[in-house]
Amino acid sequence: MPDELVNLTIDGVPVGVPKGTLVIEAAKQAGVLVPHYCYHPGLPVAGVCRMCLVDIEKQPKLAIACATQVAEGMVVKTQSPAAKSARTGVLEFLLINHPLDCPICDQAGECELQDFTFQEGRAGTRYSPDYPKRFNPVEDFGPDVLYVPNRCILCTRCVRFMEDVAQEPVLNVSERGDRAYIGVHPEARLDHPWAGNVVDLCPVGSLLSKDFLHKARAWELDKTASVCTGCSQGCNVTLDTRENVVVRVRPRPNLEVNRYFICDHGRMNYRWMNRGDRIEAPLVKRGGELHATDWPDAFERVTTVLRGAGPRIVALVSPRASTEALFFARELFRAGGLEWTGAFQVVMGEEAPLAGVPDLALRAERAPNARGAELLGYGREYAAALAAAESAAVVLVLDEPDVPVRTAGTLIYAGTVLPERARDADVVLPIANVAEEDGSFVNRDGRVQRYAQAKPAPGMARPGWWVFSELSAALGQGEPVASAAEAFARAAQAVEPLRGLSYERLGFTGKPAAVAVPA
Amino acid sequence: MGFPHKPHARETVLLSRYFGEADARTYKGWVKRGGYAALEQARAMEPARVIDIVKESGLRGRGGAGFPTGLKWSFMPKEKKKPHYLCVNADESEPGTFKDREIMRWTPHALLEGTAIAAHAIQAEVAYIYIRGEFTEPLAIMEKALTDARAAGVFGDLKIHLHRGAGAYICGEETALMNSIEGKRGNPRIKPPFPAAAGVFGMPTTINNVETLAAVPPILTKGAAWYKGLSLASPKSTGTKLFSVCGHVQQPGNYEVTMGFPLKDLVYELCGGMRAGRTLKACIPGGSSVPILNREETEACLLDYEGVVERGSMLGSGGVIVFDDSADMVYQIMRLARFYAHESCAQCTQCREGTAWTTKVLERILAGQGKPADLDLLLDLSENMTGKTICVLSDSCAAPVVSGIKKFRNEFEDYLAGRRKPVMVA
Repeated sequence: MPDELVNLTIDGVPVGVPKGTLVIEAAKQAGVLVPHYCYHPGLPVAGVCRMCLVDIEKQPKLAIACATQVAEGMVVKTQSPAAKSARTGVLEFLLINHPLDCPICDQAGECELQDFTFQEGRAGTRYSPDYPKRFNPVEDFGPDVLYVPNRCILCTRCVRFMEDVAQEPVLNVSERGDRAYIGVHPEARLDHPWAGNVVDLCPVGSLLSKDFLHKARAWELDKTASVCTGCSQGCNVTLDTRENVVVRVRPRPNLEVNRYFICDHGRMNYRWMNRGDRIEAPLVKRGGELHATDWPDAFERVTTVLRGAGPRIVALVSPRASTEALFFARELFRAGGLEWTGAFQVVMGEEAPLAGVPDLALRAERAPNARGAELLGYGREYAAALAAAESAAVVLVLDEPDVPVRTAGTLIYAGTVLPERARDADVVLPIANVAEEDGSFVNRDGRVQRYAQAKPAPGMARPGWWVFSELSAALGQGEPVASAAEAFARAAQAVEPLRGLSYERLGFTGKPAAVAVPA
Repeated sequence: MGFPHKPHARETVLLSRYFGEADARTYKGWVKRGGYAALEQARAMEPARVIDIVKESGLRGRGGAGFPTGLKWSFMPKEKKKPHYLCVNADESEPGTFKDREIMRWTPHALLEGTAIAAHAIQAEVAYIYIRGEFTEPLAIMEKALTDARAAGVFGDLKIHLHRGAGAYICGEETALMNSIEGKRGNPRIKPPFPAAAGVFGMPTTINNVETLAAVPPILTKGAAWYKGLSLASPKSTGTKLFSVCGHVQQPGNYEVTMGFPLKDLVYELCGGMRAGRTLKACIPGGSSVPILNREETEACLLDYEGVVERGSMLGSGGVIVFDDSADMVYQIMRLARFYAHESCAQCTQCREGTAWTTKVLERILAGQGKPADLDLLLDLSENMTGKTICVLSDSCAAPVVSGIKKFRNEFEDYLAGRRKPVMVA
């Protein structure tokens, strides 16, 4: 049943929102951002920063938009003189003890205190330079979190995250008045597997990631929508790149998957995307040695092998490969009428749930696309496939780094880096990694989610879907595809659970595939 | 300090009648004085009837806000679906106020009886009496009284707990008090939800001040009409009120007078007037959180909720702080601001930063280093600190500053212009 709609006006814009909606959320629908610090849609309301004070007609006092529910006929004004002066007042109060060390602050450029002060703060301070500012030394809160108390505006987002979302209340507000600061339990560290979210939640540069410390200025970063490869949960993330190097991974809100959060495992799982020891050109074996060549030559070698291939082909694929690459790798054999077995293995780790959010955890299965591989007919009988590889005519390895492959047949290795074992390959095809291509993963719940290219692939490396679609075409199996979208469209035609889906429909928050969700 | 004086002829001793009689502290002594008869009377009535009587009496909250007590009780759910709680605010921390302390010291059973009647009226099965941490003697007396009354079985199924505070002013704010009872940091909560809907432990709760509840037994025994008749000026203010007078008067102490009593008479007659050779300069009539009155306003002020508002201040908790012409108002106001800066819970930005900033500006003015723009700055900060926060602590800091600058501007200007010897404040 649809919720009862409440009609109100915000800055002259009429909106209809469900009963119980907060004014601050209704304002977003009216295209109005009410400046705020303590409010966060993923946390319980605190109502303490007093920044979101708005004028509501027929109410004697200004009200905080974050704790006021909408009412029929309400008239909200965020730009009335009283509301504006209240916000300017709050900004002034926040700044009196805030160091103006923006030039050396990691948050600069993405700091809400900077932004709102820029927007409507006072031009100068009335806080005399004779008065000292509050000073407390930097504290080491946990494995990746530093606390700079001087910059803290005590919005308590971090405290509420640890208390209500992580449900491990190790942070608090200590002391009173202007001596207050965020305290950490004397016998505890901020080492919860999801603790890193406090850095994202902090509206100023008070909670910092050690990993990102002084690494880049926010305005130098390019942001790309992506999907975390840390486990099968499929949290939506943003890859921050600086001059084509991934320097940070942050959560991208998706209420269906990860709300506003990612775990620390996922957050730290990006350095491999920048590896320097990449395969930059196709390699073919000549006289027992691998030699760099061009793509047509490499394709020629592979098609020759496949055309004359015996009955048994084994594909050992990575569950981190894109759905599109996995699809065209399969099509290479299937459309050619070859008998093939495909398998993948999943690295397992410890499960780490985020207690306050249902169905959100760092999953034991540390692979983003195991479900996608299953959907496309790859099995989990990896040991059996390895054994079968010994007597197979052709073995294709798709970016599976530690494969102890022994085979009498031809070994084709498509990967991002060249592990020692893969040096026995007859053909090596360099492919792009997740940061270097468009693609999609299917998460454990069967949700198909796109990720976008954040940086160029090195040398001649190309997306897996391009490589295999070109090979298919070379074998006379239809036209090659020119984009990941097209690659997905082909897969959607051929694979029942993906039917009806397209990149356009998926958008950047994904859609469920028609698959049975594991219990 | 604190030993009660012999009542002045113009006092109306209702709550303070037995102040000074050690025997009244005992259970037997209290019963001998007619104690616990009102409770028995209330128990024989429907809860709604008790609420009606208190409504008719015109009794209003004595903690500071002056909200009609019966009306507050009637906000509790009529149909009981969850446990109901009663909280008694005995955290009396308002500077200048020491009336609840005396009620607990001398007539602990008056409070316990009022508590039990209120619990009956709002159908509460548990009552918490939250006693200020520094009140060690009143706590010991309350503990003894509670033990004796409990042993005598006067409370029936009602459980009364004494909860000792840990010294934070803000815990006297009703929602902070409830957080404190729950074992949490004493931070005020956002309203709504109001306590009657979701109070302590998330259950319907009523919270009343000590003096309010102590007034309930006589209302039941003598009748609402009688109580309502105790009113010298505005009919909206009824009964008697304890005024804690301190400062530059001859005889400071608690004085109980009928609502509407002239402040002038309280100061000049009951308290014996100013110190020899001194004249009245100013008065804070309702505890440190209310605007300051100058001499003219003080002498024209009638002590009831409406009368004090008419003079530009508030009746508040009834803590009357009197200043004579020797008082340095700038210093006095700085001391008040410093108190609020110390006690701010640090939740709201305006209060956390504003109280401390205000204090710094005032200290600088006193030190002779003020700037001409400082007064406008103080007024502007106060404006930003008024009506914008969760509770009224920051408003309370602003009130004496604004009224002080308005009424004693010359004293501020003397410091600014170097006409007055700087005061070094530690």
